[in-house]
Amino acid sequence: MKRTSWFNITSLVLGFSFLYLPILLLVIFSFNESRLVTVWGGFSTKWYSEMWQNQGLIDAAWVTLRVGLLSATIATVLGTMAALALSRHKRFAGRTLFSGMIYAPLVMPEVITGLSLLLLFVAIDFARGFWAVTLAHITFSMCFVAVVVQSRLVTFDRSLEEAASDLGCPPAKTFFVITLPVIAPAIIAGWMLAFTLSLDDLVIASFTSGPGATTLPMKIYSQVRLGVTPEINAVCTILLGLVTSGVLIASYLMRKEQQRSQFKSAAAP
Amino acid sequence: MAKTLGPVRREFAPWNDPDAVPYISFQNVTKRFGDFTAVNDLSLDIYEREFFALLGPSGCGKTTMMRMLAGFDAPSNGNVSLDGTDLTGIPPYKRPVNMMFQSYALFPHMSVEKNIAFGLKQERIANAEVKARVEEMLSLVKLEEFAKRKPHQLSGGQRQRVALARSLAKRPKVLLLDEPMGALDKKLREETQFELMDLQERLGMTFMIVTHDQEEAMTVADRIAVMDEGRIIQIATPTEIYEQPSSRYVADFIGDINLIEGRLTVLPEAEFADNLAIMQCPGIGSNSDVGLEIQVQCETTSDLAVGDRGWFAMRPEKIRLSHEVPEGLDPANPVNAVKGTIYDIAYLGDVSVFHVKINDDVIIRATQTNTTRLVERPLSWEDRVWLYWGADAGILLAS
Amino acid sequence: MLIGVPYLWLVILFLIPFLIVLKVSFSEPTVSIPPYSPRLDISDGMSALWQQIRQFSIENYVFLIEEPLFYRSYLSSFTIAAIATFITLLIGYPLAYAMARAPRSWRAILLMLVILPFWTSFLIRVYAWIGILKKEGLLNQVLLAIGVISEPLTILNTNAAVYIGIVYSYLPFLVLPLYASLERMDDSLLEAAADLGCTPMKAFWTITLPISIPGIVAGCFLVFIPAVGEFVIPDLLGGSETLMIGRTLWVEFFNNRDWPVASAVAVVLLLVLVVPIALFQNAQARAEEKAS
Repeated sequence: MKRTSWFNITSLVLGFSFLYLPILLLVIFSFNESRLVTVWGGFSTKWYSEMWQNQGLIDAAWVTLRVGLLSATIATVLGTMAALALSRHKRFAGRTLFSGMIYAPLVMPEVITGLSLLLLFVAIDFARGFWAVTLAHITFSMCFVAVVVQSRLVTFDRSLEEAASDLGCPPAKTFFVITLPVIAPAIIAGWMLAFTLSLDDLVIASFTSGPGATTLPMKIYSQVRLGVTPEINAVCTILLGLVTSGVLIASYLMRKEQQRSQFKSAAAP
Repeated sequence: MAKTLGPVRREFAPWNDPDAVPYISFQNVTKRFGDFTAVNDLSLDIYEREFFALLGPSGCGKTTMMRMLAGFDAPSNGNVSLDGTDLTGIPPYKRPVNMMFQSYALFPHMSVEKNIAFGLKQERIANAEVKARVEEMLSLVKLEEFAKRKPHQLSGGQRQRVALARSLAKRPKVLLLDEPMGALDKKLREETQFELMDLQERLGMTFMIVTHDQEEAMTVADRIAVMDEGRIIQIATPTEIYEQPSSRYVADFIGDINLIEGRLTVLPEAEFADNLAIMQCPGIGSNSDVGLEIQVQCETTSDLAVGDRGWFAMRPEKIRLSHEVPEGLDPANPVNAVKGTIYDIAYLGDVSVFHVKINDDVIIRATQTNTTRLVERPLSWEDRVWLYWGADAGILLAS
Repeated sequence: MLIGVPYLWLVILFLIPFLIVLKVSFSEPTVSIPPYSPRLDISDGMSALWQQIRQFSIENYVFLIEEPLFYRSYLSSFTIAAIATFITLLIGYPLAYAMARAPRSWRAILLMLVILPFWTSFLIRVYAWIGILKKEGLLNQVLLAIGVISEPLTILNTNAAVYIGIVYSYLPFLVLPLYASLERMDDSLLEAAADLGCTPMKAFWTITLPISIPGIVAGCFLVFIPAVGEFVIPDLLGGSETLMIGRTLWVEFFNNRDWPVASAVAVVLLLVLVVPIALFQNAQARAEEKAS
């Protein structure tokens, strides 16, 4: 037993080193004094202040943030509706097509999604840019939201809604006071997923974006192609920090809530 | 009318009163789900202040009956009425009945008091009154200190009581209980059953319970409807159901019973005349020539005739065992007695169960209460013993 | 409305765009804007529509077959994805196994640690490797310093870098389903095997591994399918000889501005991906059936 334990610990250490070392190095070298990203020249935060001077970068971050907030919110509404439709209505005309369209974008290569949306916008003479990117992001992230929310609805106890109805609550009100609050964690998780997907996306945005609507990943990508710079490291570090702390805070809150409930139910006679 | 054996729980039997007006009435109700008929042309009357139980195996249609009363399912045919009002077309949220769900269906995001107040809030009742009623309910189910807790912070028994309080808060005309104790362990279940009876008597409300647990139905209910495959097999008080089952199905479903198949040669009269029913056992379908004859003197369901196939049903606890010939018995022509060999003994603490082999086809189970702390059993394996019983011990069933 | 709004949205922004791709793939390239013709115009009436359909050419598909770049790209995409998936499995299995065997109190944290990179930007994670893998990068510095090599290795801009990128980016996709299937496994199965005289090593091969096959299958497909159409990794880490179809499509579209051929590439890519996707769904359905 001892030997397998050592094997397991080694696997864990190596596995997680592999996952985290590259990110850690990226963060460390964002504080490098030297312009050469691979040679340590002393600690400095100058790349962070330089980053704030870069108007193009700030603009791109602003575009990304707006696209992300808008697309994640609309995608969450549409995705939740789709999830409800799929789990509540076992039979309707074109259900197979509908569920196919929900699942297909999950496995569709991004280049195809990007290309097809671009061709649509060209065909209907829709200007490429901020709104095109937003529409594109809504389309693929609503499918992810739908899958997340639907997997929660599978375990949703329909008798909760019946109980509300039984106690005199009409159906529409039941949806808002019972169903929605109960599945809210899944909806929030769906929103977070949609937001990060939008924040991350390079390929689809490259196809659908136009002048003046360069997103942060597009900006990073074009600079990376010119070479690795500590400035990019600094931008990446800030992005990593924001997303990681967001995810960690969310999961910390959930864990705390869980622990509190466990503690209380253990204390209950 | 079958003779009532033993005292009833209390003087309350509106179903025997021809002038009594039913409170809940199912009239020729059928419910189909696709090809499956869950409830088949069923009529049922339930009276005010009654504690009524629907008993049957899963899939017998009992839950569907309850859901039709609550309004979650609409009958395919027939109608359901409550207190003189036809309920057809009235949605669940407008019906004056409340249900306690099998899963309790407590709203997980609301505290105990919010759960209990939920139904009252839908009525636009003044806040002060809602508060008073919630407190009343909390004290009724003894959960005052738990008002602020969320459902997941409660034990199973506490959750069950919250569910009960929530469904009682609106003072419904009928309280529906769907397997209310299914999730509780045996001890807690028994306690809760008595609390429930108490509560029903105190509040003077009409309760309808759905359960597959016969002991639960016997404990709480004034009357029980035994259901199978969408039909009601028998409606009667717990005592009648146990002592005078109308068919083998009911007899077998409730408690343990010996069913001995045979062909009737002589029919007894209903009120215990000296006439004997004589059954040839093993009966129909057996090619054994060594016919065992059991002579029984007992009640019977009226639709049996001489020569018919019938079943003698007898509860194991009504049978006595003895090595000697029972007093007053003619061993050459035994009535309500038969000889056999002890085949198996199970010691269960309070009782012992004896499996007594009469012949190759018939084994009779008899239970004996262990009234003393016996170390040695007077009856042992392979003993030849007499089984004997009183004239009111068994019943002859036609089906 | 519940059905209608998302339905309509997906028809307009998913189904119709794809039909347009299909149509464009049958069109002729031109130098106009947009750089293809003819355009399907329903307002011209049915006869005109028929006329247009007759003008559809399969020229672009013929081009895909004739030009070795394309079929080599497809083939190479599948090969690279398959090799990378296999390496991911070799690294991911011990990790998932160790996680599933870790003390219960650690598991939530370990799981969190695997999921966390999934939330952070894909682009950034790929970018992080450039600094490590390039000629004067950190990996070469370390290897030179400890004397394993005397000359810096060329890793960046080779297929090896692409493998590393895919393995790194998609490792969580493989570990999660695998961990789920290993964690569900009842420990008493191994105890029973040991009780019946099976050595731990043999118990692994005869008990643990077969039981985790659904997790392996799901994880491998989750790595393989997106890896085939990958663009960012081959573009940033791969070299000029790294042929992957996602990148070929991109180049065809943005650099050569040949929209019809790019569309044909997309249609064929989707068709060849249908096979692994169908296999995956079939495996998932069977696993669910087994579970219930």
